[in-house]
Amino acid sequence: MQSSKEIVIIIPAYNEENNIPPLIKEIQNKVSGAGILVIDDGSMDRTARVAEKAGALVIRLPFNMGYGAALQTGFKYALLRRYRYVVQMDADGQHDPDSIKDLLDEVKKEDVDVVIGSRFLGGNSVYRASGVRRIGMSLFRKITSVIIGQPVTDPTSGFQALNRDAIRFYASRYYPADYPDADVMIMLHRAGLRIREIPVRMYPRKQGQSMHSGLKPVYYIFKMFLSMFVTLLRKDKFDRRVIKKGEESHAIPTKNIRD
Amino acid sequence: MPFQQKIFAISISIVLFIIIVDLVRRRKLREEYSWIWLLTGVLVILLATWYDLLKVITETIGAVLPTTTLFLFSLIFLMVINLYYATKISSLHGQVKDLAQDMAILRTEIQRRPEKAREG
Repeated sequence: MQSSKEIVIIIPAYNEENNIPPLIKEIQNKVSGAGILVIDDGSMDRTARVAEKAGALVIRLPFNMGYGAALQTGFKYALLRRYRYVVQMDADGQHDPDSIKDLLDEVKKEDVDVVIGSRFLGGNSVYRASGVRRIGMSLFRKITSVIIGQPVTDPTSGFQALNRDAIRFYASRYYPADYPDADVMIMLHRAGLRIREIPVRMYPRKQGQSMHSGLKPVYYIFKMFLSMFVTLLRKDKFDRRVIKKGEESHAIPTKNIRD
Repeated sequence: MPFQQKIFAISISIVLFIIIVDLVRRRKLREEYSWIWLLTGVLVILLATWYDLLKVITETIGAVLPTTTLFLFSLIFLMVINLYYATKISSLHGQVKDLAQDMAILRTEIQRRPEKAREG
């Protein structure tokens, strides 16, 4: 089995054939020795093919399942292949590959389980959300900060580095399939995982349509409230699952299939 | 309850009964889902034949007309069964997600196999 690599960069992609190849090239140049795993979330364009050509490992989902489910596929794979650290980032070019190293350095200190790249820390980002979404974001930011008892500046960030404990948690069935957000931060906190934010650089989207358009922000706010609320209601279930080491989701083929 | 209504209700529920049993027989409906429909059929027959029961229920819940009771309970029944289906869909959704994810991972693993064999 492949054991030399201990880091994998997971990139969920849906119709990103224009953004993916330059991103992969840039990661290859800037982060050496890390596997690049692209999860093709049932794209209708040639995302999977161009990603493979650029040198990434591609997992193709049979149909579009949403950001969270695609990402989770990557976590399950990382668990199966026993990767030590995972970096998750978006395929749309919002996340600067330069920041991968910062995230990894932080998670390698092993005094934290989840390192979240925040676009609002440090103030060197050119990022702007709009309208309803911005209001929602700042609201959930405050609520999350209060609940988990530490300041959170960017709970919606999809630019994170995780260690094995966090990977195991993300691969469990508690991870939301649609769009992981501040509710996941609360779940992580409830599960006893340590979270830290570090500043990263993020850009506005280059091409393609954002996940957050149309009526989605309204649904997003409603869903977040519900999700946070029920997350608070079902506290103890998570603790048991994560703190026991070696316990993994029933959905994961726990053994290496080639062994 | 007029005789006509009684005949109508009873024949409807008997037809429903036969359809359900036939669906189960032809394996179009799984046994675990059929019981709730069969129960409904039995309840309709019971209420149609035993008018006093319907009257007692009507008085208990404070309705004026026995018809109201029937409609109310059929609405409640439909709501409950909808909720039941919603939970079923949720769990099926999770199962399909897990299957699709695992299937995608395994497909990638299998496709990488020949490469590995050549290398090793």
